[in-house]
Amino acid sequence: MKVLVAVKRVIDYNVKIRVKADQSDVDLTNVKMAMNPFCEIAIEEAVRLKEKGIATEVVAVSIGPKAAQEQLRTALALGADCAIHIETDERAESLAVAKLLAKVVEEEQPGLVILGKQAIDTDNNQTGQMLAALTNLPQGTFASEVVVDGDKVNVTREIDGGLQTIALTLPAIVTADLRLNEPRYAKLPDIMKAKKKPLDVKTPADYGVEIASKVSLLKVESPAERKGGIKVASVDELIDKLKNEAKVL
Amino acid sequence: MSILALADLHEGQLAGATARVVAAAQAIGGDIDVLVVGEGVHAAAEAAAKLDGVSKVRVADNAVYAHQLAEPMGALLVELADGYTHVLASASTTGKNVLPRLAALKDVSQLSDVIAVESADTFKRPIYAGNAIATVKSDEALKVITVRTTGFDAVSDGNSAPIEVVDTVVENNQSSFVKEELAKSDRPELGGAKMVISGGRGMGNGDNFKLLDGIADKLGAAIGASRAAVDAGFVPNDMQVGQTGKIVAPDLYIAVGISGAIQHLAGMKDSKVIVAINKDEEAPIFQVADYGLVGDLFEILPELESKL
Repeated sequence: MKVLVAVKRVIDYNVKIRVKADQSDVDLTNVKMAMNPFCEIAIEEAVRLKEKGIATEVVAVSIGPKAAQEQLRTALALGADCAIHIETDERAESLAVAKLLAKVVEEEQPGLVILGKQAIDTDNNQTGQMLAALTNLPQGTFASEVVVDGDKVNVTREIDGGLQTIALTLPAIVTADLRLNEPRYAKLPDIMKAKKKPLDVKTPADYGVEIASKVSLLKVESPAERKGGIKVASVDELIDKLKNEAKVL
Repeated sequence: MSILALADLHEGQLAGATARVVAAAQAIGGDIDVLVVGEGVHAAAEAAAKLDGVSKVRVADNAVYAHQLAEPMGALLVELADGYTHVLASASTTGKNVLPRLAALKDVSQLSDVIAVESADTFKRPIYAGNAIATVKSDEALKVITVRTTGFDAVSDGNSAPIEVVDTVVENNQSSFVKEELAKSDRPELGGAKMVISGGRGMGNGDNFKLLDGIADKLGAAIGASRAAVDAGFVPNDMQVGQTGKIVAPDLYIAVGISGAIQHLAGMKDSKVIVAINKDEEAPIFQVADYGLVGDLFEILPELESKL
């Protein structure tokens, strides 16, 4: 079974966000970029399926600027066998990304597609579900456990209030939540080997997909700053403040 | 304008988030229909009919919609969305699971986690874990939106809107329900609680979370946790407050033994009053706390419980 994994290049998890002075967007100049953490979990799950002998091949795909190839090389170093880069400098939204991925699914015919549940830049949490709808495949979102069992996959999902397990027919789309696994670090020899693995470069036009969106970004602002308050010296003072100053007790 | 709002259910009953989604729909303006989908959900439909501002409740009650699986719900929404200008759902795990399917099948973009309505086509939503707020305008003919319910005050009860049965039944041979493990608790639900007390890595282990129980009981508070506490296995995942967990905005949020990583702050910084209890006086949580108490939580918590 072939496993397809989508990865996204985003701002590094630890970088503090700055909004541009003209409020047009978040400032990404000279900012450290990395693979979206949920995509790392998706790659890890695919590589583990290969190590268990369930997956035969892991294909990584990314949509974005030329620099996204860095993240694809990371995916290859982590154990993906080959990569597809769909190059665009336009701001590709979830729907366009899902349309492109649907075309890749049509070409590659994977038994399973694994994506991160959301990207930490736009926080949309849409692409996997949209891909499932467009390919008419079942979806297991927010997965904390994935068990392939013959022609089915059991997915345990993190839902409000607890966990839900569902069974899906294969092929299926899975989106990874935080506790699906703990991703490994790439070893230096694997990073060297990854440079020689195949990486195909395509464009959205090759797939006949328009990137343009009907949603426009009018303005990006910093959120209202919350000011730190005071330190209290004792439990008594805390209770007094909550009762008489904040009036929440 | 004409809006379809998907009702949130909790164990078959109408969840409080629905009244907030209706409030978001009122901010857009126009006729508001509430759609209740599931199996055995007529009580939920009757509860939805009482919500102020609702023109009509539509109820699709069938075994194929049991457990609100994404494939049949998405297919049903595609059938029902025609004629509406907006389809709304809360940004619960159900809304997030289902609405993008509708958007994709209608070939429109979706706006996720909307926190404010500027006009019928312009909305505010947090990006980068709430470290920036984007104002976005959608020119789609059908606007598909998930609503962050902490951004809207619930509408009240007092209506008696008509209930219409939807007999559309779709097929589903792709997905099936296996099991559910839901946390049982007499405490208020984390997302809608007026008070929340959360523990972090500083709690040391899962047993020590019992120290929060007595305080939660006295306050009528829900209990939450930081990602660090969940990852360490102290408590189950559904207690996580943060960017990828629950977003809460109670009147009072008490953070105990939580350092205050930005991902945690993203989930609670809109709380009205924040209290931080931590032994490290340099902990970033103090930068957002209205009242900070530096000290050993194992001494402070029993004292707080006895004095409340």
